[in-house]
Amino acid sequence: MKILVAVKRVIDYNVKVRVKADQSDVDLSNVKMALNPFCEIAVEEAVRLKEKGVAEEVVVVSIGPKACQEQIRTALALGADRGIHVESDVAPDSLAVAKILNKIVAEEAPQLVILGKQSIDSDNNQTGQMLAALADMPQGTFASEVVVDGDKVQVTREVDGGLQTVELTLPAIVTTDLRLNEPRYASLPNIMKAKRKPLGVKTPDELGVSIDSKVSVLKVEAPAERSAGVKVADIAELVEKLKNEAKVL
Amino acid sequence: MSKLVQQQDLEFLLNTVFSAEALTQYERYADYDQEAFTSVLDTARRIAETHFLPHNAKADAHEPQFDGEHVTTIPEVKTAWQHYAESGLLSARHGYADGGMQLPALISMACNAYFMAANPATAAYPFLTSAAANVIHAFAAEAQKHAFLEPMFSGRFAGTMALTEPDVGSSLGDLTTKATPHDDGSYRLKGQKMYISGGDQDITENIVHLVLARIEGAPAGVKGISMFIVPKFLVDEQGQCTERNDVKLAGLLHKMGYRGTTSTVLSFGEQGACVGYLVGEAGHGLSYMFKMMNEARVGVGLGAAMIGYRGYLESLAYAKDRPQGRRATNRDPATKPVAIIEHADVRRMLLQQKAYVEGSLALCLLAARLVDEHEAGGNAESGILLDLLTPVVKSYPSFYGPRANDLAIQVLGGAGYIREYPVEQCYRDNRLNPIHEGTHGIQGLDLLGRKLWQHEGKGLKLLLERIQVTLNAATKHSELRETVALYQSALKPFMTTTVELGQSLLSGKAEETLANASVYLDIMGKYVVGWLWLEMASKALEQDDLAAEFVQGKLQAARYFMRWELPEAELHLKRLQAGDDTFLATKPEWL
Ligand SMILES: Cc1cc2nc3c(=O)[nH]c(=O)nc-3n(C[C@H](O)[C@H](O)[C@H](O)COP(=O)(O)OP(=O)(O)OC[C@H]3O[C@@H](n4cnc5c(N)ncnc54)[C@H](O)[C@@H]3O)c2cc1C
Repeated sequence: MKILVAVKRVIDYNVKVRVKADQSDVDLSNVKMALNPFCEIAVEEAVRLKEKGVAEEVVVVSIGPKACQEQIRTALALGADRGIHVESDVAPDSLAVAKILNKIVAEEAPQLVILGKQSIDSDNNQTGQMLAALADMPQGTFASEVVVDGDKVQVTREVDGGLQTVELTLPAIVTTDLRLNEPRYASLPNIMKAKRKPLGVKTPDELGVSIDSKVSVLKVEAPAERSAGVKVADIAELVEKLKNEAKVL
Repeated sequence: MSKLVQQQDLEFLLNTVFSAEALTQYERYADYDQEAFTSVLDTARRIAETHFLPHNAKADAHEPQFDGEHVTTIPEVKTAWQHYAESGLLSARHGYADGGMQLPALISMACNAYFMAANPATAAYPFLTSAAANVIHAFAAEAQKHAFLEPMFSGRFAGTMALTEPDVGSSLGDLTTKATPHDDGSYRLKGQKMYISGGDQDITENIVHLVLARIEGAPAGVKGISMFIVPKFLVDEQGQCTERNDVKLAGLLHKMGYRGTTSTVLSFGEQGACVGYLVGEAGHGLSYMFKMMNEARVGVGLGAAMIGYRGYLESLAYAKDRPQGRRATNRDPATKPVAIIEHADVRRMLLQQKAYVEGSLALCLLAARLVDEHEAGGNAESGILLDLLTPVVKSYPSFYGPRANDLAIQVLGGAGYIREYPVEQCYRDNRLNPIHEGTHGIQGLDLLGRKLWQHEGKGLKLLLERIQVTLNAATKHSELRETVALYQSALKPFMTTTVELGQSLLSGKAEETLANASVYLDIMGKYVVGWLWLEMASKALEQDDLAAEFVQGKLQAARYFMRWELPEAELHLKRLQAGDDTFLATKPEWL
């Protein structure tokens, strides 16, 4: 079985994010970038399925500027076999990403596509779902457990009320939640091996996908500064404050 | 924000100041590129953050225990060790043929920086093992390598260095542990060693002690010292551990800091059956050990720098967050108090820390760069400069790292003094560094009595050449005019006094001259780190994609250094130039 994993290059979770002065976007100049944590979990899950003998090949795909190849290499160092980079200097929106992935799915014909449930930069939580619709495949989102069984996959989903387990017929789409696994880090020998693994480059044009966005960002604002905490004398005062100041009771 | 090191600073040092990428031109490092370096550093940072940092305080509060039979450490230490070993870092510096990754020393040093900041006591186990493995790799016979080196690289065995004895510390030439030849070509050892770090533990299957001892009938002094491999468990041909060797843990020592590392008193050969294997040639033990010690000394400098760095970051975050008092000009009690970082005196304490710790880190990375230039680039001069600087690389951070931690405690006020905050542990941990791997005093003697004059004094000449290159570049920046001028004018007395001290040694006044050796060591440290501050400031100005505050921070720390630190060195130079005999003339009876 072949698994396709989509990964995204995002600002490192350790970086204190700054908004550009003109509020047009987040300031990405000279900040550390990394593999989106949810995508890392997706790669880990695919690699584990390969280690278990369930999958034979793990292919990672990333869409974005040339620098995305760093994140593809990271995924290769974590155990993926081959990379596909769809090069685009414009950051595509979720729908454009889903359309591109749909083409890659058509070309590669994977049995399982694993994506992160969302990326920590734009937090949209929609690419996997859009891809499922475009590719006409069943989806198991927010996975906390994935079990492949013959031509079926059972996905345990983290839903509001608890856990829901669904069974999908392969080929299928899975998006990962945080508790699915604890991703490994790349060992030094694997980092060096990854440099020799194949990495192909395509463009949206070649795939026949237009990445023009129907969504435009009007304004980006930093969250309001958290105001300093206060000490309360007793429970009564706390309840009073929650009622009258915070208005949460 | 990482709690371990300012990421931007580390990247600036590696990429801009020490041009990491240029190392890939050396054949040995040709497989690497910038991206691979970043991945390796990410791996190190991750392991440090997830498996070392979280139990730093716990390992301090729960010292290793000894029940007379077995040592127990908290389980997190073993987990951390396993992750470190699995990552490939234990053998990373070695050649592919030996199972290593040919990682440059510069990158390896930066990886170690994360671990030292996260948890120096747990990091001691892998670092000691790497250092011991390096000695075995360089000097041991093939069969010995086969039996011990591979398992050390893979993390099955750990290593120690066993030099110190209850009655012999600094003066290693006097050590008394005995080795008697045995029929099968091995030796039987007898004696006691003290303060041996990692001398026993429950983390690895076996422990490989590198023991310095004297073969029966060997001459007195340094020439009679040989090195032996003494495993805790003997190892059979298949590499499996068999019977327990006659090395016994006499007891654990209870320390001020670095509590997570076991400190042991070891008895060798109480039953007369302690098997040891001679490494290399008899009588060369100390010179072999010096290979390990020179690396270990740079490692000590790094540890001191990073524990200092950690304290700096903690106190910086605290100072931004802690509201207290108002500006001197504001008498209105109805106004909100300001964060303490708004007080100039608090900024003094932070800037001073910044100057010490970022300067120290730069110094250690410089040492690593010199190792790469020398070993992979075949540049003999870099090796000579490294020899000269090694006592400084060990001592400057060891002296100023704890000072930085002292200031961090002061920034936190009462909070700095209680164990609920991490800075008091930083101080206790860091206080070891001027003591082990050759005390501060011994480093001073080594520098002034030996290192300066090796290779006909060429090291100093090479240092001055590099300083001159920096000065030439820095002079071009108007922002640095004052800083450059202060450094330049201080340089001359340094040179003249150094030459005079050399002449004084030549004229037979060893005792008079060396009486002030550790003062000289401190002076030299200030000149070297001052140079690196100029270099950092100048390079920061030349690179255009750095955040403005970052550049200003470097400029201000460089300014601070030349205005406040360097003049202290100049003052001390005057005393040395005057042939000050205050300490020499003090009679023991007066004290
Ligand atoms: C936590 C810890 C871990 C250690 N780990 C190890 C280890 O793993 N392996 C190992 O072998 N050792 C280890 N040591 C021992 C350490 O290296 C010694 O403590 C150190 O070398 C100093 O020796 P000493 O304690 O006997 O002090 P001494 O040699 O007695 O020195 C005491 C003081 O006298 C000064 N002094 C001594 N001789 C001279 C001189 N000729 N001129 C001027 N001043 C002098 C010293 O500078 C020092 O200030 C460790 C020590 C500690 C505390």
